[in-house]
Amino acid sequence: MSERRVELEVLRYNPETDREPRFQRYSVACREEWVVLDALNHVKESVDPTLSYRWSCHMAVCGSCGMMINGEPKLACKAFLRDYAGVIRVEPLAHFPIERDLVTVIDDFMLKLKRVKPYLLPAQAKPIAEGAYRQTPAELKKFKQYTLCINCMLCYAACPEYGLIPKYIGPAAIALAHRYNQDSRDGGRDERQEEIAATEGVWECSFVGACSEVCPEHVDPAGAIQQVKIRSTVDWYAEHLMPWLKK
Amino acid sequence: MAEKVSRKPFVREMTSEWIFRHPRYLRYMVREFSCLFIGAYTLLMVWGLKQLADGPQAWTGFLEALRSPASIVFHVLALGFALYHSVTWFNLTPKALPVQLGEEFVAGGVIAGAHYAAWALVSLAILLAAGAF
Repeated sequence: MSERRVELEVLRYNPETDREPRFQRYSVACREEWVVLDALNHVKESVDPTLSYRWSCHMAVCGSCGMMINGEPKLACKAFLRDYAGVIRVEPLAHFPIERDLVTVIDDFMLKLKRVKPYLLPAQAKPIAEGAYRQTPAELKKFKQYTLCINCMLCYAACPEYGLIPKYIGPAAIALAHRYNQDSRDGGRDERQEEIAATEGVWECSFVGACSEVCPEHVDPAGAIQQVKIRSTVDWYAEHLMPWLKK
Repeated sequence: MAEKVSRKPFVREMTSEWIFRHPRYLRYMVREFSCLFIGAYTLLMVWGLKQLADGPQAWTGFLEALRSPASIVFHVLALGFALYHSVTWFNLTPKALPVQLGEEFVAGGVIAGAHYAAWALVSLAILLAAGAF
């Protein structure tokens, strides 16, 4: 099995001793099939046990190991070392405060996710005795891509609007709100509109499109946001020009 | 007893360097920047209308000014930015206006293509109305 050496430049920050983050260089003998996460694990196990980062599944499912790799938001478990030349710069996800080393403070995203009610809110509760909520394949396909979101927050690290305007609810939360709005079993759109159709919702987005480009699961949050803008605009015109339609 | 954990999250300020972090951000800024040229061209049209209303002499002066090298450079730049703006927006329409027929979604090329076709038809109608043919 072939082995080569890679140089990692990792942003370190110890809140107890450091005033600000600094880069630390690690030289790692790696295998052809290694990803950045393997190299970090190797560093932690054999070189420097103080290095902190989040990870869990190592298979692009849990969404824990998002970080900036050469300035681009990536899952460390999906970024193959062989795809990079020279020194590989590893930093915590952009636009989030740094808790320690590569670990970020994600409370802001978790609170925003909660605000958009990313779960089914049936229009009318149905007794279990009446059986399951049925759905056609076409109704499922309408929202299925959004269900693939793993909450990895790469889209937030890619979005300059979120970086500049931290109040912005952001791509993943809006995409998930849209996912439930598009679900034929759901009746909670009005409740979610309060959050996502507000100024801090879709209207902060100027369609950079970076969120969809960096999504490791090929979800299209940028598309979801534009669709919410169009539907919210139609709502506004319907309400102001044809008020009799609204009971 | 668990040791007390001290927290001191470090916030990295965002600098204007983000524009150069990846070519996509630069492309986005060019698209945003294009509005300045489109806005300036619109003002030029309004100015032209005023000159038309002011009589034949003002109108001829306006047409003369349009033939100046600076005006030609401006028009070439404005055309370039207007094309870039239109093409990038039309190419994004499949994201904003997906159409589902039965189970499948209509291919993005068809939706963007329909916008280009509508653009061509409207342009043709305006040229016809203006007596260009």
